[in-house]
Amino acid sequence: MEEQKQTAVSEPPKKKKILSKSRIMVGEQLTQLYQDTIAAKERGEKIGWSASIFPQEIAEAMGLFIVYPENHAAGLAARHQAEEYLNYAEGSGYNIDVCSYARINLAYMDLLTAPGNNMPKPDFVLCCNNICNQLTKWFENVAGKFQVPMYLIDTVYNYTSEASEEKVRYVRSQLDDYISSLEALTGKKLDPQKLENVMRVSLRNKDLWRKANELLAHKPSPLTGFELFNYMSCMVCCRGKESTTAILEQLISEIEENIRTGKSTFPVEEKYRIFWEGIACWPYLGHTLKTLRNYGVNLVATGYVNAWGLEYEVNDMDGLARAYIDLPNNNNNLDTIVSRRIEAVKQFQCDGVLYHVNRSCKVMDCQQYELQRRVQEATGVPFASFDGDQADFRAYSEAQYETRIQGLVELMEERKRTQKEEADGKTE
Amino acid sequence: MGRLSELLKQLTDISQTPDIQLKKYLGQGKKVIGCFPPYVPEELAAAAGMVPMGIWGSGLEPVRAKAYLPSFCCPIMHSSLEMGLDGTVKGLSAVMIPALCDALRCITQNWKVGVKEIPVIPVTYPQNRKKAGLEFLESEYHLILKKLEEIAGREVEKTALEETLDLYNRHSKVMMDFAETANQHLDIITPFVRHAVMKSAWFMEKAEHLELVKEVTEELRKRDPIVWKGKKVVLTGILAEPAELLAILEECHIAVVGDDLAQESRQYRTPIPDGRDGIERLAEQWGQRNCSLIHDTGKRRIIQMREAAENTGATGVIVCMMKFCDPEEYDAPLIGKLMGNSDISVLNLEIDQQAGSMEQLRTRIETFAEMI
Repeated sequence: MEEQKQTAVSEPPKKKKILSKSRIMVGEQLTQLYQDTIAAKERGEKIGWSASIFPQEIAEAMGLFIVYPENHAAGLAARHQAEEYLNYAEGSGYNIDVCSYARINLAYMDLLTAPGNNMPKPDFVLCCNNICNQLTKWFENVAGKFQVPMYLIDTVYNYTSEASEEKVRYVRSQLDDYISSLEALTGKKLDPQKLENVMRVSLRNKDLWRKANELLAHKPSPLTGFELFNYMSCMVCCRGKESTTAILEQLISEIEENIRTGKSTFPVEEKYRIFWEGIACWPYLGHTLKTLRNYGVNLVATGYVNAWGLEYEVNDMDGLARAYIDLPNNNNNLDTIVSRRIEAVKQFQCDGVLYHVNRSCKVMDCQQYELQRRVQEATGVPFASFDGDQADFRAYSEAQYETRIQGLVELMEERKRTQKEEADGKTE
Repeated sequence: MGRLSELLKQLTDISQTPDIQLKKYLGQGKKVIGCFPPYVPEELAAAAGMVPMGIWGSGLEPVRAKAYLPSFCCPIMHSSLEMGLDGTVKGLSAVMIPALCDALRCITQNWKVGVKEIPVIPVTYPQNRKKAGLEFLESEYHLILKKLEEIAGREVEKTALEETLDLYNRHSKVMMDFAETANQHLDIITPFVRHAVMKSAWFMEKAEHLELVKEVTEELRKRDPIVWKGKKVVLTGILAEPAELLAILEECHIAVVGDDLAQESRQYRTPIPDGRDGIERLAEQWGQRNCSLIHDTGKRRIIQMREAAENTGATGVIVCMMKFCDPEEYDAPLIGKLMGNSDISVLNLEIDQQAGSMEQLRTRIETFAEMI
């Protein structure tokens, strides 16, 4: 059989990028959040730092201003401004093995200044360990530095398929404690009517986020999947706000318009569709995207599709507790993650899976090899992995990434050819 | 030295040959439950008539585990998984694995897939340790007890559990007595010997270990205390291995006079409180533990370590930083800060359970010995 060589599609001519309306809106929203938080602090209001999948509904309903260190660190990394913070943290004794978001933030908590958005000193910190255990240790150190209360919602690892009633009771009790402590600290009362409204808005935003992501199941995809990374701040920092509803509705209308008109923001022929496993490699977002694009590979699905798919009924606080336990992949056992990934690979008609071996994230990496095997076994879809990091640029090699993508493209091409031959054979 | 030497040799041998201990217990027809670090409710297994046995990795280079774990996963987890995959711990009736850190969460899953013949019993602990957290833990312990009873083929009577908890409390007291008495005999209880006495507890039935260590302490007390002319340190971290590290301390005339190691004193310094119900008592003990793997903004484990150093006349603390152990890594920068105004110096050593080149460690320890 003649060997088919994979060649890179030539780089399209560079044009000045015109941002879509929704992109402008999301940028403005984030800037506003940081500015509002600084202004609140200046007014003497108590402000908080929070982990990204913390039950935001309560503080939002109380009208408190909250900023998110994970978002802040990712922003610095994406803008190539993280080096100073990484060096500072390591100089302060933090091992290079520690999560890079944490290192950046643990440096920022001393320096309290950064290019771009800034976070004022927190009066309390909000931590939920449904993503990982490192968050607990990280936020302990932040709380210790500023001598402020830390409200930890401990969701306890789900080794079973879903949360037990006992676990829900435990988390619910922590939520009740948290509410009364926060009320006492801030002097603000939680208004049930406002909470109901925030829960409604949050549920609406959850549906819109999922819808925006699921529109990429359309083949060919109406969007370069990487673009959705730009909207994550809506869900990390503002998922209980109506401004997020407006942004996501605008985004969906833009994607639907592309589908209607047969357009896509993916600028070359979509030869292959892949699922991206793991957090984005923020310092090399451009390189990871362009390398894929050069081979006609579009990233159409990620773990973020359902990362904020928190399902509960309005006013059901037990349901809220359950949602925060059961949702995040990292809080779930391997069987659950495998089944979610298999479903996504099928739903988005992926030709391959690309695994980011994110040096910062042991909870993802330390079972990823088995995940790779099982997803491939169940779907027949080939995979490749590469070494990188969510925010530490030193863990990534452009050459290794390119080689791995070449390998993945060869495997995807081979599989397509085999499938075609089998289909042709059947019709003869 | 006669009897004392015999006892110390016996404990040292056991600390180095858990595989022989496993075979011995299996040969006696006993069921053995593997216990992953740092905490599992091993008392429940013992109360069910089984032998809880620690799984703390080994010095061997993992091969099979590399199919499951990236190179930057904790060496203890790497080699512990390897022991399941290569058959070293064949014969265990189950393993209990606590999901206390990110690597441990994943090990519960990798073990389940890779070591099918040895069922895994995951253990989840509450990080918030108020009433609701401890009630959750009680429910977790009841589930675990049920699983262990199924394996043992018998129910655990209330009195059996109470007796076991009392035994564990007595054992903890004997271990702390040993640690205190050892400080008067630092010529005999070298860093390596101290570690061996502590570690051997993981591979023996507690009643048997209790008697041996009690006798060691009695033998030590028969001797005149010595005045140690070398340096004194407290060790902190998950564990202090490999043996070569402890040998370097000895060569540098550094004695270990206390520890805040998960494998050693962290196990024994928190007694199981009194109470009416065994499960409730065990949960309450969890509420009182101090450890890097348990949520605590007050960092009492560091305070407790500082007090141990102050009370024993140590002039140095050595942080035995197991590679890739993030719970410990987050505490490490705080240790120096929380030492307060004391004159106690801190040395942070990155260690690997698999002994590689020790020369860099040697140089750093030699320099530290001159400083303290």
